[in-house]
Amino acid sequence: MRPERVMSQHSVVIELTGTEKSFGAVRALAGVDLAVAMHECVGLIGHNGAGKSTLMHVLAGTLTPDKATVAVKGETLKRYGLVAAHRLGIRCVFQELSLCPNLTVAENARILHPALRGFGWRRRAGELIISKLDEIFPDHRIAADAIVGDLPIGKRQMIEIARAFTVTTAPVNLVILDEPTSSLDGHTASQLFAFLRRSVKAGMSCILISHMLREILSTTDRVVVMRDGRVVTAGPTSSFDRNKLVVAMGGAEHHGTQADTPAPLAAAAAASEAPITVRMKPKGQHDGRELLARAGEIVGLAGLAGHGQTDLLLAVFDAGSGRAKKGAVADRIALVAGDRQTDGVFPLWSIAENIGVRSLARFRKGVLLSVEAEDALAARWKERIKIRTPDMRNPILSLSGGNQQKALFARALGSDATTVLMDDPMRGVDIGTKLDVYDLIQEEAQGGRTFLWYTTEMDELRHCDRVYVFRNGSIVAELARHEVSEERVIAASFAEAA
Amino acid sequence: MIASMRRVIAQPWLYSFVGAALVWIAAVTYTGGYGAGGMLSAGIALAAFSVIVGTAQMFVITLGPGNVDLSLPANMGLASAVAMKVMGGCDALVLVGLVAAIASGTTIGIANYLLIRLLRIPPIIATLSASFVVQSIGISYGRGLQVKPPPGFATATTVQIAGVSVMAVVVVVFSVGIGLLLHRTTFGRSVAAIGQNARAARLANIPVERIRALTYALGGALGGLCGALLAGYFQGSSLDIGNEYLLTSIAVVVIGGTSVAGGRANVTGLWGASLFLVMLLTMLNTYGVSAGVRLLVTGLVIIAVIVTAGGPRIAR
Repeated sequence: MRPERVMSQHSVVIELTGTEKSFGAVRALAGVDLAVAMHECVGLIGHNGAGKSTLMHVLAGTLTPDKATVAVKGETLKRYGLVAAHRLGIRCVFQELSLCPNLTVAENARILHPALRGFGWRRRAGELIISKLDEIFPDHRIAADAIVGDLPIGKRQMIEIARAFTVTTAPVNLVILDEPTSSLDGHTASQLFAFLRRSVKAGMSCILISHMLREILSTTDRVVVMRDGRVVTAGPTSSFDRNKLVVAMGGAEHHGTQADTPAPLAAAAAASEAPITVRMKPKGQHDGRELLARAGEIVGLAGLAGHGQTDLLLAVFDAGSGRAKKGAVADRIALVAGDRQTDGVFPLWSIAENIGVRSLARFRKGVLLSVEAEDALAARWKERIKIRTPDMRNPILSLSGGNQQKALFARALGSDATTVLMDDPMRGVDIGTKLDVYDLIQEEAQGGRTFLWYTTEMDELRHCDRVYVFRNGSIVAELARHEVSEERVIAASFAEAA
Repeated sequence: MIASMRRVIAQPWLYSFVGAALVWIAAVTYTGGYGAGGMLSAGIALAAFSVIVGTAQMFVITLGPGNVDLSLPANMGLASAVAMKVMGGCDALVLVGLVAAIASGTTIGIANYLLIRLLRIPPIIATLSASFVVQSIGISYGRGLQVKPPPGFATATTVQIAGVSVMAVVVVVFSVGIGLLLHRTTFGRSVAAIGQNARAARLANIPVERIRALTYALGGALGGLCGALLAGYFQGSSLDIGNEYLLTSIAVVVIGGTSVAGGRANVTGLWGASLFLVMLLTMLNTYGVSAGVRLLVTGLVIIAVIVTAGGPRIAR
């Protein structure tokens, strides 16, 4: 055996060859090879349902593949599962957050560390997780004794990430991050990436799955592109640019460059004449500022994650459905949840039922709901928003996370609502779908629908006619379309109140 | 074809029908075929009552974790007394009596909901304590007297045509209606949605609290109706007429394939489970075992069925 061959084998943390996995009729992985070396940050991209999450579950040992060879340091393992993965120091931060909402931050940290036992385990677990949070996100403001369920989703994601990096007895060699920034704002995300680079330099490896190509390009050493359960391209990150990646993923070729198309000026002018559909003062607002939205407008809610944007959306929702009298909402309301497991999906139902639930009144033929009408709505939105499934009567949980999110979009956009609230709805959605949905939103807004759009992605604010920046539960800035820029939003998010 | 066969086999309610048939065969074998038809027709007639109470419990349980109506037995007892007193043994007042029984049940259902909603008491405690109150009302209202049903009403609840109980046929039609209510109306869909994820239901513009109130009221109404019908069947009202239905109502729901965690209801399964439980009692009676053994076996069988058939669904 030649020496360099031996060398390369030793530097490989783990190697999967010929990985196959099917869920019923859906072939999630069709023979995938993947190797991760030490000191390496691998970027994994692909559209929703390409098989990225499935592959990572196999790697983490949480899913047994139908067929695969797993090799560590050149030696093939006969049995591979959770225990082996844990011993090898493979940790995961999955897209669907896995913290127990009824436990405290410290208790959640303890779940990963059986070694923390005896008197004072709670205090030691708390110190462990908080020190890691301090290291990754210096200004996190999370207390060890906070109940996880009470924290906003952005903070929960920070805890989830920090927990994966904590060490007691088992080592940490390879951390898999599946859409880690989907609920993080730009500032927190950049802290995470700086930390990742430091860790990789110190000898760790990581796999980063993200739909935000900028993150992939700026953070990773190597990119692996997946499509339909296969690896279609792989190579050093430096040999790719944004366009190449988009083409390799095979989505959205027909779109122009994202967000460069300004809204027609006529539309903007007309909008200022349109009737006001939403008028709402945030709960924490002490000056006279309030949020206004007119028919046909796309209004962005920006700022750091968890600074009152979701609360405002919920207040508008309650006012719109007659549950609260505060504020004025003239419209029928629908909400697209971002936290789809807690706020959106009905897990026992089919995709069609999940889409139709907001439109039941329209399905009525006499006393009964018409199944045909429900199927028709589902079929129309399968087409319009491209939900990847052989049958809309399949259970919603048979879909990948991003496709579930599309179903939630279809629920809101397919309803009779004239105002659509979006609570950071693009979490875990691939770029091709995003571009499609952006177009849909523009189209629907021109048709007179109002959108209130809370987003943690700077790029998405460029689709908005107006943007309100939030800090500590109140509006601190209002930016017109041409004023929106990353610098201004960040400046407003951080400026200290006078 | 094979796929649809597989879907039928995968239905949990199928097993309750198979179980009912097996128990019936066991009983018939013991008697040497004697009374096979009679056992079956009496079983179906009795099962009809379990189906009505089970339907009430099914709706409440489908509302989601923690929701259960333990006041059904007391509700049935009071309703039976109310119905018989209002009818006063007079066939002309049968409808009025039934309406009174349903009104009494509905009131109890709404009271249950208000206890749960306004005082924030968990349903299991709210409905249990409500049942004590209802019992007390029943005692002071009925004075423990057994009032006979009007002869026409008694006949209507017991009459059989060619060995088939007319009431059971009516209840089958009722079950079809309930199936439609559950799957093909906004109300039924809303109940299932709330049971799966109450927060998501609220955010999908479902009036969660109104549906909850309606569901408890519906459960109470069905309990009241069943109490009145039982009084006709057993030739007289009695405050403890519903006592055995506390466990039965929950058992038929669970054995019938309705998810204990809420969100998924199964009407067909109610019939299978009710027939199974009734046939089980019939079998034990033909074997001539004592009341104590009968209760013991019934309890064990319910536990066994829930563990084997209901296991994975509970774990969800």
